[in-house]
Amino acid sequence: MTPVQAIIAKELRGYFVSPIVYVVGAVFLFIFGLLSYLYVGFAGAQAIQLMQMQQGGMAQINLNDLVFRNLFASMRIVLVIILPILTMRLFAEERKLRTFEFLMTSPIRIHEIVVGKFVSVFLIYLGLVGLTVLVPTVLMLFSDFDWNPIWTGYVGMVLLGALFLSVGLFASALTENQIVAAFVSFGMLLTIWLIAGLGSLFGDTTAGRVISYVSYMEHYERLVRGLIDTSDLLYFGSGLVLMLFLTHRVVESTRWK
Amino acid sequence: MIDVHNITKRYGHHTAIDRVTFSVAKGEVLAFLGPNGAGKTTTMRILTCFMPATEGTARVAGFDCADQPLEVKRQIGYLPETPPVYQELTVAEYLTFVGRLRGITGPKLSSALDQSIGRLELGSVRHRLIGNLSRGYRQRVGLAQALLHDPPVLILDEPTVGLDPKQIIEIRELIKSLAGSHSVILSTHILPEATAVCQRVVIINKGRIVAEDTPEQLSARLRQSEKVSITLKACPVDCEMKLRAIPGVLNVFPGQAGGSFLLECELGRDLRDEIARVAVLSQWGLLELRTVSMTLEDVFLQLTRHEDHLSEPPEAAVSMVSAEKTEA
Repeated sequence: MTPVQAIIAKELRGYFVSPIVYVVGAVFLFIFGLLSYLYVGFAGAQAIQLMQMQQGGMAQINLNDLVFRNLFASMRIVLVIILPILTMRLFAEERKLRTFEFLMTSPIRIHEIVVGKFVSVFLIYLGLVGLTVLVPTVLMLFSDFDWNPIWTGYVGMVLLGALFLSVGLFASALTENQIVAAFVSFGMLLTIWLIAGLGSLFGDTTAGRVISYVSYMEHYERLVRGLIDTSDLLYFGSGLVLMLFLTHRVVESTRWK
Repeated sequence: MIDVHNITKRYGHHTAIDRVTFSVAKGEVLAFLGPNGAGKTTTMRILTCFMPATEGTARVAGFDCADQPLEVKRQIGYLPETPPVYQELTVAEYLTFVGRLRGITGPKLSSALDQSIGRLELGSVRHRLIGNLSRGYRQRVGLAQALLHDPPVLILDEPTVGLDPKQIIEIRELIKSLAGSHSVILSTHILPEATAVCQRVVIINKGRIVAEDTPEQLSARLRQSEKVSITLKACPVDCEMKLRAIPGVLNVFPGQAGGSFLLECELGRDLRDEIARVAVLSQWGLLELRTVSMTLEDVFLQLTRHEDHLSEPPEAAVSMVSAEKTEA
């Protein structure tokens, strides 16, 4: 077992003995289920309306548009709120309990610590997202819809989550207080969200497009609509690498203080 | 094994350690003594590559702490001030994690685990969560962590804190048994510990090394006078004057209990015989008469409080009390 694998195993163990994973997981899955139920309910109501207007004809309703697009779009705010809770302990707890010094004096490189911690929380997130596939699977029994935009939506949710987790990891490295870490990442994620609004103020100018590109909104929306564009994948990939790099620098800089 | 040359560490305008130079030979046990905030932990953190020195060089087993931190870290077993344990892991899980971080795997890991658990007598708590263990056990788990990979260099920041007297003796024996094959630096507040365990003592104060020698040499070097303590049953008003009149007695300090005195005598003269004769002749009722040797406590206080030690009576009892205050 390599040092990185050892860190992943230790972090996973830490998550599962603390209540955090169970509480966050339960809330995440409950909200996902509730939103699905609501959107399916709205779609059903719309179908009934359509049938009345067409007087008896079978209405063609598009579950992809009415349910899944809305569902994935709503998950953005859920992730902004929930993921900082998952990441807040990663470095803050080590510093609070003075195990940080132990990690830093072990013969491992800082990037191994950062990657190990990120991968552990990412695996937990993947597990939670994996459980939500139950919703489209059950709906498949009752209705026909196109799976492709659902898969791209899931790709979007995984990439967006990875980016949020890396932001949370960075915030956790800044402080030894977990609450502060959660709030800092929450604030950063909302700020990056609102940058999209700033971009739209500038309209379709070069400045507007550049500013909008910085926000995750348009990249995520395209994936939810079923479009896979390399520029969006590049955005999430580079954002993730940038945040992990910044985390590395912050962890390293604590040695110089 | 360890070579520290002129290292200085500044935090902004505050100088934590100032041109500290010392070395530890292979197999030697060195004690780091000093009041709180003297720079002991800072020096240890530099040696373990937790933080770099502002100036100067530190080398461990031939590797430079600034340039080859990974190699240095492989040579060292380190117990920080607070035992670095994860409360959510059991003792065995924690030590397995530590071993894996150090690249020990397979059968080697399980034998290293058994050895360090055996050495620190952790067998009975092997499968218990560290979060449920007492302070003393956690400290021992921390030590087991430092010894797990059998490193040539051990750096222990106050290794016996939180242990009960029996455990303290066991840990001291353990450290003594490591001498010879391992180089050990330990910091401590407990001065008899340094005398009991270490071959050499470095006394550090306000970031500077103020003395470095064997415990015996240190007390011999700093002894400026012989001291004799006497207790008398009856002490008339003139007894202090009469004691002072004995040739060779430099000073007489009344002790805390009535009838006890501390006599400071010229260096190299044993005046006990003469003092006893005067006491018996004057019929004071001599209850006790003994020489007071300078303890490491006195040496320590003399070196770390040089500005005020001249004005204070150099009485062993007073010094002991102050030493305890420094510890607290």
